[in-house]
Amino acid sequence: MTDTVISSECTQCETLLRPGNTNCAGCGMSIGLQWLDKALAGDKTYLVIPACCGIVTAGAFPTTAYGTPTAASTFASAAAIATGISTVVDLNKDDHITTCWAGDGGTYDIGMATISAAAERNENLLYICYDNEIYGNTGGQRSSATPEGVATTTTPKGKAEIKKDMMAIMASHRIPYAATLSVAHHADFMRKLEIARRTKGFRFLLMLSPCPTGWKSEPAESVSLIDHAVRSGLFPLYEVFDGLRYRINIQPDGTPIDAYLERQRRYTNSTVEPKILQRHIESQWQYLNGMAKTFPADDERAAL
Amino acid sequence: MRIGMPARRHLSVRVIKRKSPTMGKELVTGNHAAGRTLAMAGEANRKARGCACGAYPITPQTEIIEYLRACELTKGRIVPVESEHSAMAVCMGASLAGARSFTASSSNGLSYMTENVFAAGYYRLPIVMIAVNRTLGPPWNIWVDQGDSLALRDAPWIQFYVESHQDLVDTILMAFRLAEDHRILLPTMVAMDGFVTSHTQMVVDLPDQEQVDRYLPNCDVPHRLRSDHPTTVGGLTWPSETERHRKDLQRAMERVPDVLDEAIDEFENVFDRKPHGILSAEHVEDADTIFVACNTMARTLRGVIKKRRESGERIGMIKAKMFRPFPRKAYRDLLSRAKKVGVLDRNHSPGSGGIFWQEIAASLQGHSGPLLQDYLVGLGGGDVTPEVIDEIIDDLAKRNQAGEPVWKEVAA
Repeated sequence: MTDTVISSECTQCETLLRPGNTNCAGCGMSIGLQWLDKALAGDKTYLVIPACCGIVTAGAFPTTAYGTPTAASTFASAAAIATGISTVVDLNKDDHITTCWAGDGGTYDIGMATISAAAERNENLLYICYDNEIYGNTGGQRSSATPEGVATTTTPKGKAEIKKDMMAIMASHRIPYAATLSVAHHADFMRKLEIARRTKGFRFLLMLSPCPTGWKSEPAESVSLIDHAVRSGLFPLYEVFDGLRYRINIQPDGTPIDAYLERQRRYTNSTVEPKILQRHIESQWQYLNGMAKTFPADDERAAL
Repeated sequence: MRIGMPARRHLSVRVIKRKSPTMGKELVTGNHAAGRTLAMAGEANRKARGCACGAYPITPQTEIIEYLRACELTKGRIVPVESEHSAMAVCMGASLAGARSFTASSSNGLSYMTENVFAAGYYRLPIVMIAVNRTLGPPWNIWVDQGDSLALRDAPWIQFYVESHQDLVDTILMAFRLAEDHRILLPTMVAMDGFVTSHTQMVVDLPDQEQVDRYLPNCDVPHRLRSDHPTTVGGLTWPSETERHRKDLQRAMERVPDVLDEAIDEFENVFDRKPHGILSAEHVEDADTIFVACNTMARTLRGVIKKRRESGERIGMIKAKMFRPFPRKAYRDLLSRAKKVGVLDRNHSPGSGGIFWQEIAASLQGHSGPLLQDYLVGLGGGDVTPEVIDEIIDDLAKRNQAGEPVWKEVAA
């Protein structure tokens, strides 16, 4: 007789993310999790969530906002715990997708060795990083996903270093599928999740996740901020197949970056000038366009 | 399944061919005995959710990992991870998905794993881990010292310390019974001496798969993740719920001795021999002086005690085996009648002393007990010979009152 095991029961399991959760208004996770639910199209999933806002989303025992079996993992361990789960799923032909839902701290920083190892072993799991470019759960400290110039509580004068290129790192593991996700581009988002759903092996999806609390932005502007990040080229939407073949989904349309910065007080007192940022964006696109031209994605999966 | 064959080829496990009743006995190293037993336990769950484990090498435990990776399990996978931290994480994921799970580590590997060692217990996952005791570094030292696993004494794990290869095999099998029992549901650690046990060979009565299948029921993790009953495992709790969770852990720990007795009885039914349980008290009935030691030090101590008794000394010993839960009452009952008690600690808690000594002192508190003296001996793998133990016994005989823990240095 176990008297209590830390767990929370659900009575309504019809959605992955239930209403009444603790997410802030304008949080990108709320959109991402609901779209993930729809994209799974009835497929069952086990969620693994390391320490991050995503596990606070669930609320406190005995309630939970997650309508799917969920493991709250230690901070660095999401991809390793998910490895254990997906191994047993495969051994038992359980027909579940094992999904890691992790923030940038648990992915770019403390979870780096774990995710790298799981990717190198090509574990059969879907890893989604909702990247709000900050340690949001602890009140907004820098992570290696924080862009250059951003003020955080640990970089009050603006971050001196540039953002880590997580997509390039994951691509270098030659995993079957890696893609970026925008909560402002529904069709593109759903199509990529569909590819990820159908793909076996390690799939990595990187979602730029607006965080009004950390970004010091208006909750109602969250989606338009992401739209702006995509159109200005700051957040490229692209896919990498087998780590080698590239497809760019949306080319920047020349929208200047200025209004993106102005609408977020994390860029107030920023050390980064829009002109310099614009140059960074251009050089990143030079690289991406070069890759997409030289190594274009042409297989059947890309045709979806 | 192919268990043992690759290891036998590469790592020369010799089979001693004898007639019944010693048939099935093999000359085998501690690491191979552990690897073989773990693999058979994993294989025994093939008709349930199988077995999955994370594994990462560290001296002197590496051969266990090599052995497991060389086995072909019917329904199992040993995942070669990038760190001990992830090794335990894979075990946790596997166990959360309902599979049997186990791993092994040593020394700094155990330290690196620590966060997930605690997590596995707090999740109430029945994972079994072999700890091959090795000195924590720096400075680097690969020899035996129990400080690595004892540093995890405050983790929610059952801990056993074994004295021989046979003790090791038998205790591993009982560890699965205990850990997976729904009255317990706690991860369980079985600690053996680095090199002294892990790399030496002894003749061991190794079980066959059919026996292990009979002894270990299918692993059923009652709170495993399942879609027909979705839960969020390990989420947020308020202080009141957390306190309940901790009390539940304590109550589960308190149930261990009784469940262990059942596991021993059933072990005798299946394997026709009776392993030690929480401890082994030897010649304590008439003893004025009792010494306490664990692991191979207890074996050396046994020889010295035997000799001393032959020359008329009223001296006995306790082989300490179960460290968590610490069987305080058993120690109190056995020791409080003695005049003097000496504890051999192959570990050191800086600023305090030996860890077994601390626990025994706590067991005796409030009772007009014996003179209790701690000896820190064999730290960093120093060879604790019968002569060293003789000197310790002589030292205790001369004492009229207990003092601070004594550092008993031994030759390199």
